[in-house]
Amino acid sequence: MGPETLEKVQKEAIEEVLKTYPDKAAKNRAKHLGVGSPDNETQKSCGDVRSNKKTIPGIMSQRGCAYAGSKGVVWGPIKDMIHISHGPVGCGQYSRAGRRNYYIGTTGVDTFVTMNFTTDFQERDIVFGGDKNLGNAVDELNELFPLNRGITVQSECPIGLIGDDIQAVAKRKAKETDKSIVAVSCEGFRGVSQSLGHHIANDAIRDYMFPLVEEKGTDINSTKYDVAIIGDYNIGGDAWSSRILLEEMGLRVIAQWSGDASYQEVINGPKAKLNLLHCYRSMNYISRHMEKEYGIPWIEYNFFGPSKTIESLREIGKHFGGEIEKNAEKVIEKYKAMVDGVIAKYKPRLEGKKVMLYVGGLRPRHVIGAYEDLGMEVIGTGYEFAHDDDYQRTKEEISRSTLIYDDVNEYELEAFVKKLKPDLVASGVKEKYVFQKMGLPFRQMHSWDYSGPYHGFDGFAIFAKDMDMAINSPVWSHTAAPWEE
Amino acid sequence: MQDIESIVNGKDLFQRPEYKEVLSNKKEQFENMPSKEKVDEIAEWTKSWEYREKNFARSCITINPAKACQPLGAVMVALGFENTMPYVHGSHGCVAYFRSYFTRHFKEPTPCVSDSMTEDAAVFGGLKNMVDGLGNCKEVYKPDMIAVSTTCMAEVIGDDLNAFVDNAREEGTIPRDYPVSYAHTPSFVGSHITGYDNMLQAIVTQNVTDVNKENKKDRINLVPGFETYLGSLREQKEIAEAFGIDYIMLGDHSAQWDTPAGNYQMFSGGTKLEDVKDCANSKATISFQKYSTTKTMKAFSKKYKQETITVNPIGLKGTDEYVMALSKLSGKEVPQSLKIERGRLVDAMQDSYPYMHGKTFAIYGDPDFLIGMVSFLVEMGAEPKHILCNNPPKEGLEEDLRELLKDSPIKDSVQIYLGKDLWHMRSILFTEPVDFLIGNSYGKELERDTKIPLIRIGFPIFDRHHMHRYSISGYKGALNLLTWITNKVLDKLDDETKDIASTDYFFDLVR
Repeated sequence: MGPETLEKVQKEAIEEVLKTYPDKAAKNRAKHLGVGSPDNETQKSCGDVRSNKKTIPGIMSQRGCAYAGSKGVVWGPIKDMIHISHGPVGCGQYSRAGRRNYYIGTTGVDTFVTMNFTTDFQERDIVFGGDKNLGNAVDELNELFPLNRGITVQSECPIGLIGDDIQAVAKRKAKETDKSIVAVSCEGFRGVSQSLGHHIANDAIRDYMFPLVEEKGTDINSTKYDVAIIGDYNIGGDAWSSRILLEEMGLRVIAQWSGDASYQEVINGPKAKLNLLHCYRSMNYISRHMEKEYGIPWIEYNFFGPSKTIESLREIGKHFGGEIEKNAEKVIEKYKAMVDGVIAKYKPRLEGKKVMLYVGGLRPRHVIGAYEDLGMEVIGTGYEFAHDDDYQRTKEEISRSTLIYDDVNEYELEAFVKKLKPDLVASGVKEKYVFQKMGLPFRQMHSWDYSGPYHGFDGFAIFAKDMDMAINSPVWSHTAAPWEE
Repeated sequence: MQDIESIVNGKDLFQRPEYKEVLSNKKEQFENMPSKEKVDEIAEWTKSWEYREKNFARSCITINPAKACQPLGAVMVALGFENTMPYVHGSHGCVAYFRSYFTRHFKEPTPCVSDSMTEDAAVFGGLKNMVDGLGNCKEVYKPDMIAVSTTCMAEVIGDDLNAFVDNAREEGTIPRDYPVSYAHTPSFVGSHITGYDNMLQAIVTQNVTDVNKENKKDRINLVPGFETYLGSLREQKEIAEAFGIDYIMLGDHSAQWDTPAGNYQMFSGGTKLEDVKDCANSKATISFQKYSTTKTMKAFSKKYKQETITVNPIGLKGTDEYVMALSKLSGKEVPQSLKIERGRLVDAMQDSYPYMHGKTFAIYGDPDFLIGMVSFLVEMGAEPKHILCNNPPKEGLEEDLRELLKDSPIKDSVQIYLGKDLWHMRSILFTEPVDFLIGNSYGKELERDTKIPLIRIGFPIFDRHHMHRYSISGYKGALNLLTWITNKVLDKLDDETKDIASTDYFFDLVR
């Protein structure tokens, strides 16, 4: 399909899906759909789509909520703190251990990530309020889990509606117990997606953790090469396969936020000389704050696929100059043969294959380069909860006419895939089986489909192997029965 | 570094020396975690009776629950009706959770919409969301019915579903006669089985037309309850079919979560809406789950004056009761096919009993699951020593379980824990260990910590494939249970006898 034809098909696809909606909904959705073009200078953001707006009601959106953004994404992975899902039992249960935030620790003794702690609200808590029990819950947790380094309270919807004052409880219990008790007002109804939850969670780090930098910070023998990884949730070990590269180039990763993070790493975060921001969407707030408050510069990087990883290593090296800059080249050189081998092995099997993405955070733009390193072409992408600045950044990443869909719903994505006929769909678990039923290869790009890591050079090898497995598996050829031919 | 000839994922990659060094440096230099000695000391303490007593004394925090919230059950009900869209009035975050939870279990798509209430809806109520949401849902997905349940947010602010649905009709976003069923399903009351019951009762009572209390049709209703084993639903129907009895299964999601490859269709199978309208005119209703269907069954007995029967067809005795109920209702003898199935099951039980006999079990799950499973374990001579239910009904469960155990030699030592969670179970397993644990995937951390083998039976099962396709109901279902449990016992026996020149004299080829 030539570029002009591709663009034409993409525009048609948008027109077609809009026809089904009632007028009001069609008008709304039209603004969230567009065709991005790398050389169209009139476009301010990719496809000029509108984003971070309310989802239209009654449609199968794939978005989550503010609680998911705070407990599920930002706070949940901090391993030696206990995170209470404050409210009814469901939220904590559905989000338990689903995100594959890997960590090292003795679960239930000094680490707690895959566990579910909930105040399990009953009707009486709604009527009389949950503050008293919350305070008692903190005491019970401290008794049963003496090695916890602190407790966070992750609010579910009812908390903000019944007039509870969890901030006051947290303040009082922190004083009593001399531990960090963090109250996060991340009720699910706040904002339009998980995005506001990230922001609220970032603010809570600022308000509750940064005041402790002096008091509870430890001596880490600071060097001028201290960096922090920000916005890597260590899905399948991503932060570890990133960290190794940074250390090999002579940097010290003093904190990893928040995958496999310890409480101490959160407190010590502001001691970094440079913040390396992977998931811009979920942690740009705290990075900006650290820049303002502590003068720590931050740069965004991308460790998906060798092209972007090399570019990022060079940029990080350049920031420090001297030895570090030279070391960056050494690291690139060290992995070159392996990476070239991976490409030589898999590119012939994947070249020209078309991909449609729909994920969240950074991946709708960050993984484009990794696919392109394998000769694959991304022809559609979109974000669950992006803002305008994400779509601006996306414009720089696309290499061809690309269908852009913001907060796409199940109906639209299905229609787009049927029209554009990609060879691979890369999205989440809710979407996975819809497309597999159609006989389309699919990879989950939230959980790495229980594989990974995908970050860094070692991760890229796994990514390539997984994409090859998905696209070239014999299972897709069995769909049609021999008697149907 | 990866070797391109054999690329490995994180499982092996992070065991390599270069990564071990990275992780060890991180720990030593930056994490400030407690010392190994301290961790070992506390870990040991958590296994003690002293810890158990503290653990059981807590009252304000639930740790690792074995239950979910009401709307999850409501979504399951809706997906058991033909071309019906589950619609949750509240924030879309909840719906994202319900969909991924079911999808991770069934490895199947789970359609469900919400009306995406946000902060303004929290202040002014969600009427506008409902009016537009019902209209959008109908236009885009074209379901034959929409089944509305609520999240805790909508319940806290007090949205009135009846009035809201009427409003949508008034404003014309949905036609006046368009089928919308609705049930209030507050997450802070009961659990997913309460939501199941509320939604099913709503769909039945809001759709039934032409009730003839005197002249019932020669037909029965079957109510499966919150049943996640699709094979169970099929077997429950097959047993009725063996009698040639006319039946309606109310809430049949067995096709919905098991569609063939080839193309995607949003809805599949399910109870026909015509049948729902007429179900009050069946002569009797059989429920397979007492505590998941109390309100629904009450509607059939009180409102529609039907004979209502509750059986629990997990295990031999429960299946016998189901079969006899059908025999009585149909006036027919038990068909030969079922007699053979029963005979085969009993034959298999007699073949395998030495391995289950006297083995001790801890088991947790929903009330009706426990009733069926405990019944089966007792039939095999096994000893269900610890029975834990995190979402018990207000009354009745303990008595029901004690009744099942009354002839068991261990009846006095069986402990029943109601309203307890899986962190309680951890203490129980450390202080009073058993041979095996039966439960859902959440049991895997208990297995890791206590080394007590987990037999995965329950919901959800995220980390093993295709278990949900099997039946645990009926004679064939009992045979599945027997096979899984016996073979796990044998796996453990092999594992314990495989050490060369030490224990392997007992590593028998024939068991």
